[in-house]
Amino acid sequence: MSRAETLPIGMPSLSLFRSEVTTTFRRWRTLALLGVLAAVPVLVGIAVRIETSRGGGGGRGDGGGGGGPAFIGQVAGNGLFLVFASLAATLPFFLPMAIGVIAGDSVAGEASAGTLRYLLVAPAGRTRLLLAKFTTTVLFAFAATLVVAASALAVGALLFPVGEVTLISGTTVSFGEGLLRALAIAGVVALSLTGLAALGLFVSTLTNSGIAAMATTVGLLITVQILDQFPQLSAVQPYLFPHYWLGFADLLRDPVYWDQIARNLGLQALYVAVFGSAAWARFTSRDVTV
Amino acid sequence: MEGRSKPGPWPGAVGEGAVIETAALTKRYRGGQLAVDRLDLVVPRGSVFGFLGPNGSGKTTTIRMLMGLIEPTSGAARVLGQEMPRAGRRVLPRVGALIEGPALYGFLSGRDNLLRFDAADPTAAPRTRAARVGAALERVGLTSAAGKKARAYSLGMKQRLGLAAALLRPRELLVLDEPTNGLDPQGMREIRALVRGLAAEGTTVFLSSHLLDEIEQVCTHAAVMAQGRLLTQGTVRELAASARARLAVTTPDTADAVRVLKEHGVHDLTVTDDRVTGELPPVDLADLNAALVRADVRVRSFGTERASLEDAFVALTGEGFDVAG
Repeated sequence: MSRAETLPIGMPSLSLFRSEVTTTFRRWRTLALLGVLAAVPVLVGIAVRIETSRGGGGGRGDGGGGGGPAFIGQVAGNGLFLVFASLAATLPFFLPMAIGVIAGDSVAGEASAGTLRYLLVAPAGRTRLLLAKFTTTVLFAFAATLVVAASALAVGALLFPVGEVTLISGTTVSFGEGLLRALAIAGVVALSLTGLAALGLFVSTLTNSGIAAMATTVGLLITVQILDQFPQLSAVQPYLFPHYWLGFADLLRDPVYWDQIARNLGLQALYVAVFGSAAWARFTSRDVTV
Repeated sequence: MEGRSKPGPWPGAVGEGAVIETAALTKRYRGGQLAVDRLDLVVPRGSVFGFLGPNGSGKTTTIRMLMGLIEPTSGAARVLGQEMPRAGRRVLPRVGALIEGPALYGFLSGRDNLLRFDAADPTAAPRTRAARVGAALERVGLTSAAGKKARAYSLGMKQRLGLAAALLRPRELLVLDEPTNGLDPQGMREIRALVRGLAAEGTTVFLSSHLLDEIEQVCTHAAVMAQGRLLTQGTVRELAASARARLAVTTPDTADAVRVLKEHGVHDLTVTDDRVTGELPPVDLADLNAALVRADVRVRSFGTERASLEDAFVALTGEGFDVAG
């Protein structure tokens, strides 16, 4: 069986992963999601621009510290803050909704199209396929976050002055360091979404309907976001995956407060471990009848 | 292709010549429905094996178990000498499959669909991928439509693209589940010609169908399923022979012919137009013919007619073929 086109078994091959990524990113739906995400900073930027020109003054928006990491008040003074404001605006719903769609559809969508059986008899290998699906979803989370950040940066630079950045703690850093911190924040935001990616992947292994899996994942997201608002549930809230999401603002302090960010990433790792294992257990033992 | 003549890397495996072998293979779905009931199937290497049965008789469930998509409730299945589903990673790269019709990515072109399915096979070399995809498209006659989005394909084109996916690499076994379903007569002919060509190259073809004449036209062997059970298996010739052949006489003098044949011990005589048929008698047919001529019966033709697979099936099940299980 030493044919030229036969590779030894067990040799790592990135073909499936690469195929998964290109297939996902060539879908019209994926591009539409990224398009919507790119539009959010544009809308926010224009709204702030109209607001400031009407209010006349603009200037140093140090009155924006009222309600958490909104950053809206600082945008008019420094376009870089549009990156933080846009991430803070999209992280509670838009970004995770996009992840929920991709993750929920990952396995269930292949099942409802029937292509799952052909991938499995190829044979993709169930564990390998699941891994490719998960890494692709995480890659999409990074892409989505970067799209928001890049769009915000472009709009911010276009509509507002950019320059030195005054951090939450009051210290001023150079624009270059501000940019670095923005990049770090985008990374943390993307990693914040890995827990949901694993949850969506698990849901996706439970059903043969891509639509049902997407709806369930997004529904779970909304439910958990609501539960996170009730003070009566404070005992369980530290275990809800979005609980520390907005803690990324601590990267804008000097020195950086790592506490919340570490808790967030730890919680995401826990979700990935739990729901990743559940998805694996379900997917590797399930009868594929579609 | 040179690999096919070798015994293969599973020395001592039971059934040296068997490509598929099952032992009491059983699947009971969670609802309690018994889809496949203690199936003992042997598919010889090099055969074109027809897997026959009405819709709902357990054919697809069997195929899914053979391909590792469904876990058997009990019993065992061996494909290319190795236990399924455990040996799937080693077995499946050598098997091409079309299961319950083609399934494609509508938003990808025909060529990109094949590239994706080939990329899913970890043992397929990326270096030769484009060339192999091109060859598979050529083989099923889709080269000119390769750049079109699969959602714009007709059913026949989708079916052919599905077949192309099964032919991305040289395979030892092709499993084709209802490959002509939904095709027009021309498409059916094309698929059958393709199957014959592959079989001539030495590939074992396992072909499920609910169309008797399809099996009769292309298969060397066949098995018949009904309600999850295997009714019979063997060569198509044996199966057809199991339904007894009949004596057939064509003559304008049917009344005289019936009288003479009856006198010589031929039973169950029926007359349709100028044809008289009856059970084969134990006497020499030459004497029977001479007797007819002596009695001034003008014989146009005289002989036995081979029973069709359909007769065999009716004899086996006692019912018409298209009755769902």
